[in-house]
Amino acid sequence: MNAQPVQVVRGWEWARPERPARREVVAAVPELDQAKPPLLFVPGFGHGAWAFAEHWLGHAAGRGFPAYALSLRGHGDSEPAPGATLRSYTHDVVQVAASLPRQAVLVGHGAGARVVAHALARYPARAAVLVAPVLGGWGILGTALRRNPVGTVPAVFGAGLRLNRRQLFSRELPDAEARRHVARLGRASRRAQWQLLTGRQPEPAVGRPPVLVLGSPDDRVVPPGALTRAARRYASAPLLFPGMGHDLMLDARWREPVDAILDWLEKDPAPAAG
Amino acid sequence: MSSSTDLGRPDPDPAVAPTTDGRPVSDRGDTVCVIGAGASGLTAVKNLREAGFGVDCYERETGVGGAWNWRHDRSPVYASTHLISSRPFTQFPDFPMPDDWPDYPHHAQLLSYFERYADHFDLRQHVWFGTEVVRVEPVEGDRWDVTTRSTGGYGPERTSRYAAVVLANGHNWSPKLPRYEGLEQFRGEVMHASSYKDPAQLRGKRVLVVGAGNTGCDIAVEAAQQASRCWHSTRRGYWYAPKYVFGRPADQVNDTMLALRVPLRVRQWLYHWTLRLTVGDLTRFGLPRPDHRVYETHPIANSQLVYYVGHGEVTPVPDVARFGDRTVELTDGREIDPDLVVFATGYLPRFEFLEGRVLGDADGSGRPRLWLNAFAAGHPTLAVVGLVQPDSGIFPISHWQSVLFARLLTLRTTRPDRAAAFGRRVAAGLGERYSGKVKDSTRHWFEVGHADYLRALQRALHDLEGK
Repeated sequence: MNAQPVQVVRGWEWARPERPARREVVAAVPELDQAKPPLLFVPGFGHGAWAFAEHWLGHAAGRGFPAYALSLRGHGDSEPAPGATLRSYTHDVVQVAASLPRQAVLVGHGAGARVVAHALARYPARAAVLVAPVLGGWGILGTALRRNPVGTVPAVFGAGLRLNRRQLFSRELPDAEARRHVARLGRASRRAQWQLLTGRQPEPAVGRPPVLVLGSPDDRVVPPGALTRAARRYASAPLLFPGMGHDLMLDARWREPVDAILDWLEKDPAPAAG
Repeated sequence: MSSSTDLGRPDPDPAVAPTTDGRPVSDRGDTVCVIGAGASGLTAVKNLREAGFGVDCYERETGVGGAWNWRHDRSPVYASTHLISSRPFTQFPDFPMPDDWPDYPHHAQLLSYFERYADHFDLRQHVWFGTEVVRVEPVEGDRWDVTTRSTGGYGPERTSRYAAVVLANGHNWSPKLPRYEGLEQFRGEVMHASSYKDPAQLRGKRVLVVGAGNTGCDIAVEAAQQASRCWHSTRRGYWYAPKYVFGRPADQVNDTMLALRVPLRVRQWLYHWTLRLTVGDLTRFGLPRPDHRVYETHPIANSQLVYYVGHGEVTPVPDVARFGDRTVELTDGREIDPDLVVFATGYLPRFEFLEGRVLGDADGSGRPRLWLNAFAAGHPTLAVVGLVQPDSGIFPISHWQSVLFARLLTLRTTRPDRAAAFGRRVAAGLGERYSGKVKDSTRHWFEVGHADYLRALQRALHDLEGK
């Protein structure tokens, strides 16, 4: 990760700034300011801020953390953006992070973790948490084709990736609730879906943020090997929650992972080496 | 989350040798001293903190923002000041301005941006407001004695010893006033652009604006709107670039060409050709023909000046020859009778608290000899941040200068060999330039091309990290 040199000259970004887009940001702020760092939750492809608004935002605020979730452009109630790229999504995350009153902790879920990894090179986050991270690469396509061929094959040809509820949730979650969540899923832009496979790897993070990786060994989107590899990139081991599906924030036992994240933050993790 | 516990300076430490004049010194250990809490100072504090250093920042005013805080008595901004370069290369690379701001934000937005930057990264706790630096002296072991007192000169002086010093005191506060024959006997009002704040100062007057920098052009435009008469005196012809070309901010079009690695000659040709098509032949308006190619002087971005010249509201005139009792004689022999003269003749960098030789300027010419406009030979723990006159925004440059310096200070303990190699590089590269050929003047000696400069800085950073 740190082998890559720092990028100072970014000519194209100066020449072609990202177009602004209206963004949906949902907030849950504790009544008393306890000087804890704000959390910014970044949902993965197809999900919106609603996925975190369901349980995690309120829970984090209840424990004294100002909690925010955004919808990447083209998702949730943000502005439609059929031509969005990973760079546009990264721009959205950095813009919201910089608008928060204090240095934020970025929490990315699924492909949102890839967006967060890009954002870490553009914003010195207080810390970063990658939940069931889909960091990209062709391996992820193989898994998706094996687990969910019906939803994945059309995505290869440019349609939206369709995730089914058996991939996203454990059997503990009542069927009606699972159906309700799946019905809300949208889609990422075609270009961003492809960039997940073929796009450039994220630049090194700025500001040495400590990084926590967590997921489930029974996740049917992210295989355990991918979790371990993701954690190793940030010189740590993944925190595992067996028996849960890919959407840890919506599954029946949503409380355990979010408590683990908040406990980790309360211990005030040291900056990464470097 | 961690709040710094190194607040509050300890009492003078008797173990430390007193200053040369016998006063006690308090030793601040590995803490770094940053002078100034403007844009460059703030980014230095943030980046040094991020690298794990304790920081004491001294600010003579009571707020952050330096030059961009119009309440500060050294602030050069006037009511209508807007950015000259557009947002993408003017924001800090790791803290973007809101994307719903205009391409060229107003100075009040800039100030709110710096205040938010200070709050976001919790920087104010490291800043000693209302404290000015009187003296900075190198002592043995590459350390520094910094003497401070309350702004205004009252109160006792106190001296603290630091591991390193960052000079970020700005270069747009000490007005440069040219000498003219007879200026003392001129009965009209004379002011420097630094005391120009509001167009009401021009209303109904006959105004002569001297100088064709971005400030001079802005004031000439405001005089065209407010004054009863406006003359604009320039030493030479300039290229007045519009702020927008091809429907995009002009500097972004320039950055597109830089990203495509278009050679300077071709860029100059394209630029001249674009100006000919859009702005037209300037000599037809009575403006002198530029005696240089574009990019050879600091760029002037002003879409309105030529517009008002074309409406007869601004009369372009040559340089001033001498002042009379009520009149001003120009170099072409003409006489004009302004009742207000505004000198928009720029500023000079000043480091009044530091001996000139520390920055390689032993003869007091006011032009330090540095490498990367930031590092002085023989002083590995000293950096000047923001002493550049870029052809675009300055804040990203200050950011990367302070990142490089923080990196250097870290490596002084972890990899002394690399820090020493950096020191040799500094000594070898003093006075290096980072732009094409430019006219020689007090403002152009530190003119840099932003892409050339940052490429050189990126190389220095990679060499330092052994990549």
